[in-house]
Amino acid sequence: MFKTPDGKEIFVVDGHTHFWDGSPENQRNIHGKQFIECFYGYHTALSPKEQLWAKEKFERYTADDLYHDLFIDGPDDVAIVQSTYLKDFYKKGFNTIERNFEVAQRCPERFIVNGAFDPRDGEKAIEYIHFMKETYDIKGVKMYTAEWNGASRGWKLTDPAAYRCFELCEKLGIRNIHVHKGPTITPLTRDAFDVADVDDAATDFQGLNWIVEHCGLPRLDDFCWIAVQESNVYGGLAVALPFIHSRPRYFAEVISELLFWLGPDRILFGSDYAIWTPRWLVERFWSFELPEDIAKERGVQLTPEIKEKILGLNAARLYDIDVAAKRASLARAPLSIAAE
Amino acid sequence: MAGITPGESRQRELWRRLDTVMDPELDESVVAMGFVESATVATDGRVAVAFRLPTYWCSPNFAFLMLEDLRDALTGLSWAPQFQLTLRDHLMGEEINAALAAGQSFDEIVGRLAPDADIRGLRETFSMKAFKRRQEAVLLAARASGIADAAILRLTCAELGTLEAPVARYLAALAARFPDHHAGASAFVTWEGAALRADDLPRYMAALRSVRINMEFSGALCRGLRESRYHEVVRGEDGEPTLADFVLGRAGVSEMQEQGRR
Repeated sequence: MFKTPDGKEIFVVDGHTHFWDGSPENQRNIHGKQFIECFYGYHTALSPKEQLWAKEKFERYTADDLYHDLFIDGPDDVAIVQSTYLKDFYKKGFNTIERNFEVAQRCPERFIVNGAFDPRDGEKAIEYIHFMKETYDIKGVKMYTAEWNGASRGWKLTDPAAYRCFELCEKLGIRNIHVHKGPTITPLTRDAFDVADVDDAATDFQGLNWIVEHCGLPRLDDFCWIAVQESNVYGGLAVALPFIHSRPRYFAEVISELLFWLGPDRILFGSDYAIWTPRWLVERFWSFELPEDIAKERGVQLTPEIKEKILGLNAARLYDIDVAAKRASLARAPLSIAAE
Repeated sequence: MAGITPGESRQRELWRRLDTVMDPELDESVVAMGFVESATVATDGRVAVAFRLPTYWCSPNFAFLMLEDLRDALTGLSWAPQFQLTLRDHLMGEEINAALAAGQSFDEIVGRLAPDADIRGLRETFSMKAFKRRQEAVLLAARASGIADAAILRLTCAELGTLEAPVARYLAALAARFPDHHAGASAFVTWEGAALRADDLPRYMAALRSVRINMEFSGALCRGLRESRYHEVVRGEDGEPTLADFVLGRAGVSEMQEQGRR
């Protein structure tokens, strides 16, 4: 919970967090090394100086670090922890559902553990979705379309094998599909983070919610255009939000575009922990005001009510969280960790 | 600054050439972005250029475009030297460097390493984005100087000169797109060549803005990631000038002497 300077309590759902192991011991090859280094680059490039971590800690932080940064020092009431396997890069995987489920066990009320699958695995992917539902009762998944898998360097949401998986997700009530659509990186032969496939998938699966992480940046216009037409498409603020520190005016332009095209009900806060920690992001976001000229140009506002939606109420709706009940139950069981 | 040696003169020419190569996604010089790790001229005239990108994962398609332009820039050097162009620390580095060393054309290299990639189409897309971003900068400057929208759209290329904006960069993009566009013609047309209407300008400007937002995102990330990866201060508001800046005349002699004393 975030307490505003005037004492109001804001319910925070952190829509995008990780508990990874990118340490050298877990790296399978040069790609594993370069992957975590790229993440560390994001961390150092966009964090305020006083928030910087040492590389070793960033590669593998502890469960206590995570509880502390999200819930004790941090303002999160609930954190959605996403799974990303990257088994071609990491011996035990980068952050598997097993690892995430384990970290969630200490305070299950505060976590939503999302799964992941790879449609290119065919029948195994179908079996794995059943397994995740039965074992972990997942309500969402994270899709990483640029993941390597043998000779393949990526896939599309519209691949027939992917559609089979989404049909099953819909049937099993796994309704929230988080899709990583971020900066252009490999694979080689096509832009695996092109957002166009979201358009078709969202049209064809109206019963699923499509949360586009990183708002498709740097294809914000494409993403907004799709989101206008598909009411089941949402924008996750991870990566966009840290610009609030280094380039506040730029962040204002991005959030104004999102407010203009998507409106205040379809934007979700996410820290992308441990790339960034939620406390400073939420504090800055709460005190942030749109520059007058930008607000006027787009005809949008970023009121406290809208901020409250973005910080938690929108995600609560997607994940069927009864905010009043959750608040009450979290208050009855205050979190404490020994590692202080 | 008397007594420039032939070696120094070649070094200057080399950096000037390299500075004309743009990162097509960002529409910024690869030298300004810090992507040229080193550029040397040996006493026998041979040139070696090491090129690097902000991450190991940077799109190889973008690397192809920049390397092709770098190779063209080196080919155009006045003393026609032998040169070695190397891509450092990249996922595709080994394959690309081998192909470069073997003197393969870029069509051959791309054809083999990225058979599905539409590199020409990509170049066209980036040219369009650069055109729009440069045009927005000039349109915004015109508005900021108090000119009404309708009057802005009546400005000719020749009349742009008085604006406080990177007019030359815009005019270069305009000339590249429309070689027959003359100085007395309207300064602002769409990428497709259509005239702009004042009542449609807000919508049009919104579209230009979204192009800029995307490009700025990539530019900011690339700078930050490169800085993080190579542990160097990126030249920016508070960045220190690099050798290239002195060579290209971006930094004054006093700064050079100052740095020499450190």
